[in-house]
Amino acid sequence: MTERRIVLPGELLVEGDYQPGLNVFKYGGGFYASKIGVLSIVKQTVSVIALHGVYEPKVGDVVIGKIIDVGTFSWTVDIKSPYTAVLNASDYFKGRFNPARDPLIKVLKPGDMIIAQIADFDRTKNPVLTVQGFGLGGITRGIIVELSPSKIPRLIGRKGSMINLLKREGKCQITVGKNGLIHIVGEKPEDEELVAQAIRKIEREAHTTGLTDRIMRFMKKGGS
Amino acid sequence: MSSGFVRVDGRLPDQLRPIKMAVGVLDKADGSAYVEQGNTKVLVAVYGPRELHPKHQASLDSAIVRCRYHMAPFSTKERKTPAPSRREVELSKVIKDAVSQAIFLENFPRTSIDIFIEVLEADGGTRCASINACSLALANAGIPLRDLISSVAVGKYRGCIILDLNDEEDEAAEADMPIAMMPSLNMITLLQVNGVLTEEEFKRAFNLAVKGCMEINMIQRETLRSVYASIKGEED
Repeated sequence: MTERRIVLPGELLVEGDYQPGLNVFKYGGGFYASKIGVLSIVKQTVSVIALHGVYEPKVGDVVIGKIIDVGTFSWTVDIKSPYTAVLNASDYFKGRFNPARDPLIKVLKPGDMIIAQIADFDRTKNPVLTVQGFGLGGITRGIIVELSPSKIPRLIGRKGSMINLLKREGKCQITVGKNGLIHIVGEKPEDEELVAQAIRKIEREAHTTGLTDRIMRFMKKGGS
Repeated sequence: MSSGFVRVDGRLPDQLRPIKMAVGVLDKADGSAYVEQGNTKVLVAVYGPRELHPKHQASLDSAIVRCRYHMAPFSTKERKTPAPSRREVELSKVIKDAVSQAIFLENFPRTSIDIFIEVLEADGGTRCASINACSLALANAGIPLRDLISSVAVGKYRGCIILDLNDEEDEAAEADMPIAMMPSLNMITLLQVNGVLTEEEFKRAFNLAVKGCMEINMIQRETLRSVYASIKGEED
């Protein structure tokens, strides 16, 4: 994919022997874009990498969420998507859980941030989260920056080139939530702030070419 | 059609008013657009897909579209009361139906897409300008669309079929026909007629409207593209 062509909804992309991928639909013999984005044709699959849009939950995605409500048996979590998520206490306590002995509010309060994985989601019910896994659970330090979820692929880069650059040059641990929230932990607050600035730069220039090189220079300079 | 016919504002029968469009004009909305067609000025904000309250309105297999068309009190010569009038409720419904056709509602069950249309100045063709602006704002919000919707009115004024009526022409017109369409897919999503047209006049008016929609569609596409061109220019 050398050319980065911006396409618009209703634009005819290709005709013939192809498969529709993300944000592409077939009508008659043609394949049309359904969102504003960058055209990508890999093998016979036509897709559009969207430049705008909300986060659509998928099972297996790692997301960063904010606790907005505490119930007797579960927490309600805002994951910046059209659907609010649920984290069950039985999952957090690995099944050994007595609401009389361990009130949920002692563990996670409204306003707390968590890193979680989507365990279950379909058209009929809201997403269910799990915190059982490496790197998942409550967040106790670091900062969180927000990015448009449609720009996450750009932040990660091809085979993780961009995110690895940020981790290496920024000397920070970075957890990318697929819903557009990014958790940054560094030794010093300045390191965290530099990475946050780089992420904002990526957001502004997501659709341009040669971005990885510019971010490299940005990090080496220590900001602009 | 007499080619020498000149209209109240000096336009030719098949000429659009000067059009200005912009997207992303509001920061807090998920998508927004501003459209000017002559003196008609419309601002649109789109939110969503987002969680729907009250929940009982939700549709289990698709998103619902909620649309509010509102005219600002200062949009007309005489002050218009800000309370929604019968006409505004009707136009909200008409615009919602025209715009919903383009949205992949089935992708977001149990949610709502909220559209707020504010007419800042009304000089004829507000529903068409609103539909044009809605389509831009929806694309700007990243909501999956089958196509952009382009809309324009045609009418019969002193026996002549004319494109894109302004308020003065609209009030004196023998007939007035707003049309909205999805140009790439060749589908009509709105067709209303007020007044009387013969079959031959209808065909001529319809073809003129399609031509007008195609022109507007070109401007919409340029507007959406220019956002990225300008950012790109800044960098290189």
